Amino acid sequence: MDKHDFVVRFAGEGGQGLVTSADALARAAAHAGYFIQTHSTYPSQIIGGPASSQVRISTTPVLSSGDGVDVLVALNQHAYDNHFEDLNGGGVTVYNAEEYDLPEGGHYFGIKADELAKSTGNARAANMVTIGAVATLIDFDLQEIDEFIRQRFTRGRPGDDEIIIANIEAVRLGADVARTSGFTAGQLEPPVPHEGGQVILTGNAAISIGAMAAGLEFYAGYPISPATTILIWMEQNLWGEGRFVHQVSSEIEAINAIIGAGFAGKKAMTATAGPGFSLMSEGLGLAWMAEIPLVVTNVQRGGPATGLPTKSEQSDLYTCMHPAHGDIRMPVLAPGSVEECFYAGALATNWAERYQGPVILVTEFGLAERGENIKKPDLAEISTESRAQVSEGDTGKRYDSWDGTTPLPGMPVPGGPGAYVANGSEHDEIGDTTHLPRHHVRLMERRFKKLDLLDGAHYEIENADADVIIMPWGSSKGPAREAYDRLRERGEDVGWLFSVALHPLPGEVKHVLKSADKIIVPELNYLGQWSALLRQEGYRAESITQYTGLPFKPSDLVKRISERIGVGVTA
Amino acid sequence: MSKRNLEYDFAWCPGCGDFGVRRALQVALEKFSVEHEEPQSKNVVVAGIGCSGNMVHLVEGDQPFGIHGIHGRTLPIAFGVKMGRPDLNTVVVAGDGDFLAIGAEHIAPAANRNVDITAVIMDNGVYGLTKGQSSPTTEFGAVTPSTPHGKIESALSPLKYYMSIGVTYIASYYSSKPRQLAVIIQEAMNHRGFSIVHVQSPCTTYNDTYDLLKGKPKEGIAGLAFEIPEDHDPTSAQAAVDLLDRPGIPLGVVFRHEGQSMQDRHEGLQAQAPVRSNQEILDSYLLQV
Repeated sequence: MDKHDFVVRFAGEGGQGLVTSADALARAAAHAGYFIQTHSTYPSQIIGGPASSQVRISTTPVLSSGDGVDVLVALNQHAYDNHFEDLNGGGVTVYNAEEYDLPEGGHYFGIKADELAKSTGNARAANMVTIGAVATLIDFDLQEIDEFIRQRFTRGRPGDDEIIIANIEAVRLGADVARTSGFTAGQLEPPVPHEGGQVILTGNAAISIGAMAAGLEFYAGYPISPATTILIWMEQNLWGEGRFVHQVSSEIEAINAIIGAGFAGKKAMTATAGPGFSLMSEGLGLAWMAEIPLVVTNVQRGGPATGLPTKSEQSDLYTCMHPAHGDIRMPVLAPGSVEECFYAGALATNWAERYQGPVILVTEFGLAERGENIKKPDLAEISTESRAQVSEGDTGKRYDSWDGTTPLPGMPVPGGPGAYVANGSEHDEIGDTTHLPRHHVRLMERRFKKLDLLDGAHYEIENADADVIIMPWGSSKGPAREAYDRLRERGEDVGWLFSVALHPLPGEVKHVLKSADKIIVPELNYLGQWSALLRQEGYRAESITQYTGLPFKPSDLVKRISERIGVGVTA
Repeated sequence: MSKRNLEYDFAWCPGCGDFGVRRALQVALEKFSVEHEEPQSKNVVVAGIGCSGNMVHLVEGDQPFGIHGIHGRTLPIAFGVKMGRPDLNTVVVAGDGDFLAIGAEHIAPAANRNVDITAVIMDNGVYGLTKGQSSPTTEFGAVTPSTPHGKIESALSPLKYYMSIGVTYIASYYSSKPRQLAVIIQEAMNHRGFSIVHVQSPCTTYNDTYDLLKGKPKEGIAGLAFEIPEDHDPTSAQAAVDLLDRPGIPLGVVFRHEGQSMQDRHEGLQAQAPVRSNQEILDSYLLQV
C-alpha cells in the first residue's frame, strides 16, 4: 500500500545511539526530497534510562510528530513493552535479537545488528544495519542512505573509504534480514522535490539564527534543559567586533547582565526554562519599569519547581505574561514551528528595540529539540530595527509622557547626550525617584501605550465565520492543524485561528475572537491558561488540555474536538 | 540630579557618612574623566537599593548615566554594562546589606572574571532605610529591631572575604576624609580588573560609629581606624593578609594585583574565535546535495 507519511521510532536506552539513528534516517530522507520532523524523549540523566527518538517522513510538510508508529525498533524488552501499543495497524517491530526474544507469530522480527556489523569489519556500523532494515520495510531507496553515508564519513582521513564501504555493507545486511522476514509496513510514495535550498534546524537553533539576523550582540545564559543548546549555540557563534557571550553563574545574573547591556545600547538576549524564568522575575520587572530593551526566551518544560526537565508542557503562559509583581503585561511571542522560531527570534529582537522594553519569546521542549527541514530563510528579508536615537540638542527627556500620537522618543545611550537614571523606582522625566501620583499615572500609561507599537507577527485565519474556531498556541499548532484538516475533510464547520503574538494580539485576530461563538484551545497544561486569558478579555474560549508531558496526537484532538462540538468521533 | 529636585523623594539623615562618599565619588568621576579626556556621559553609576543606592541621584554637577536597579544585583548589571560597552567607566555603589547579604553570590564570580568594575561599598553595619535591622557586618550579639535578644550570627569580615576570593584591588577607608577617599576611588577606577573600595560610612540614626572609628583623641581614646603604614606592600598577598589580621579598620590600599582583566581575556579569545557571517552560519545547516 502506498503511503505518503511514515513514523519510524527507535526505542531503547539513552546512550544506544537512538538519536543518531533517527537523525541519520531523517537526513537521508530530507536529502531525498521528503519533509521530516524528528522528536525525542529521554529522562533527565546523562547516560541510560528509557529513551526514544523518532522521525516522521512525509511527502508534505510535517506538522506534528503524528499519531502512531509504523516501524518500531525496540532495542530491549522494556522498550518493546512500552512502545508496541503505539504501533499503527500494519506497523512492524524490529527487535534486538541479541538482547531478547519475542514469541513467534507476532508482527515483528528479530535482528542481530551487532553481529552483522562485526561481519562487515566495523562493529560501529550496527545502527546502519538497523537503518537498512527499516528503510526496506518502508520501501525507502537504499541508495539515498548510501549517499548519506558517503557524505557523513568523507572527512579527508585515510580510513574514510573503508568506513564507507563497511557502513554501506551493513545497510545491505539489514535490508536482507527485512526482506527475508517477509514483512512490510507499506510503500513510501516518491518525494516531491523541494524548491530552493533547504536547511535542517531545531527550534532552538532557529531562534538563535533569527536573533543574530536581527543584530543580536550580547548573550548571557545559564545551563538549563531544554534551553542549554541556545547557550551552546551562542558560545560558538556570537563572536566578532562588538559581540559578547558568557555563561554566567545564575539566571539572576543572566537577566541582570542583559539589563546592563541593553541599557548600554546593545541588543541582548538570554534563554532559560521554567525554574530559571522564575528567578528572572524581579529583573523582568526592572526591565519593564526602567524600559530596557532585551529578549528572554523561555523554553518551557514540565513544571512547577524542577518539574519534568525533558518533557513537553505549555504551562508557563501565565508567568510569561506576568512574570513579576506589579502592573505588568509582557509582549509574548509563541512560535508554532521551527520556521516560525526563526522569524520570532528576529521579531523579538526588533520588538525590544522598537518599544524600548523586554520581550518574552516562549517555546517548549518538543519544539526546541526537534529537527525539521525548512526552506532556507532569506536573510536579506529580515529587517533589523534599532531603538530611536537621541541627538545633541534634543529637548526631550528619557521618561517624558507619551500618548502614541508621535514617534516614541529616543533612548539615550551612555557616551551620548541625555544622561538619565534607569530607575526601578517610579521616577520623573530624567529617572529620579518620585512617588508623586502624577508621575506614576503618566508613566504607567506610557509603559502600556508602547505595546501598541508591536505588530508584524505571523497569524493565520481560516473559515472565520464557522460555529467553532480552533485556536492552539505555540507548539500545539502542528497537531491541532492536522486535527483541523481532518475535521474539514469530514465536512465539519470549524474555523482556524493561530497567532504567534499572544500579546499584544493583532487587530484582525481580535476581530475574529470577538465574533466567534466558541473558541476551542488545545493546550498542554492543566489550568487551560490561554483560554482563561482569552475569557478575561471577554472572548468565548474553552480549553482542551493535556498534561502528560507529551505533545498532542492529532487523532486524540479530532476525537476530543468532535466531542466538544457534538458530532461523531471517528478519527 | 544637577540641582535640588523638589519632587525627589529621598534625603540622607544629617551627618550621614554617605555625604562624604558622595563628595569623594563626584571628585573621582570628574578627575577620571579629565584624566582620560572623556565626557562625564561615559561614566555609568550602578546603584543598589538602600540609603547608599540613592547616591546615583544625588551626585551633583555634570551627570553620569545611572542605573538604580534591584536589591543585590549591582554587580551583574554592571557586568552587562562593562562587557557590552568596555569603553564605559562602570562604577557600582552599594551598601553592606545590598552587597554582602542579598548580593553576596555575585562577588566571587566578579572576582573570577576580574571584570573591570569599581565597587564603592558604603558599610554602616545596619539596614538603615528599613530602620535599623542587623546586617552581615553588624557585630555578634548586637541588639537591633530584628535581633532583640542579640545577633546570633558572627560578623562578616568583608576585607578578608575579598582577599580570599581573589579580588585584585582592595581598599579600605572611611567617609570622613572625602579628598583622600577620592584619590583612592580614582586609583581603583584606573585599576584594570575588579576593584572594591570598602568605606566605613556611619549611620547617624541607627549605628553611629564615628567615635568608634576615630576615637576621642582629647580623652586619650584610640579609634578603630588606623592609617596603613607606609612600608606596607599592597602587591604582596601575604602582607595584605597580615595587615588584615591586625585589629581595627585599615585606611588605604590593602591589596593590588596587576593582571589581565576580563576584557583583556575576551579580546584574546576574540582573536582566536572563528567569526562567521550570519549567512555562513545559516548555510552550515544546508542539506548537502
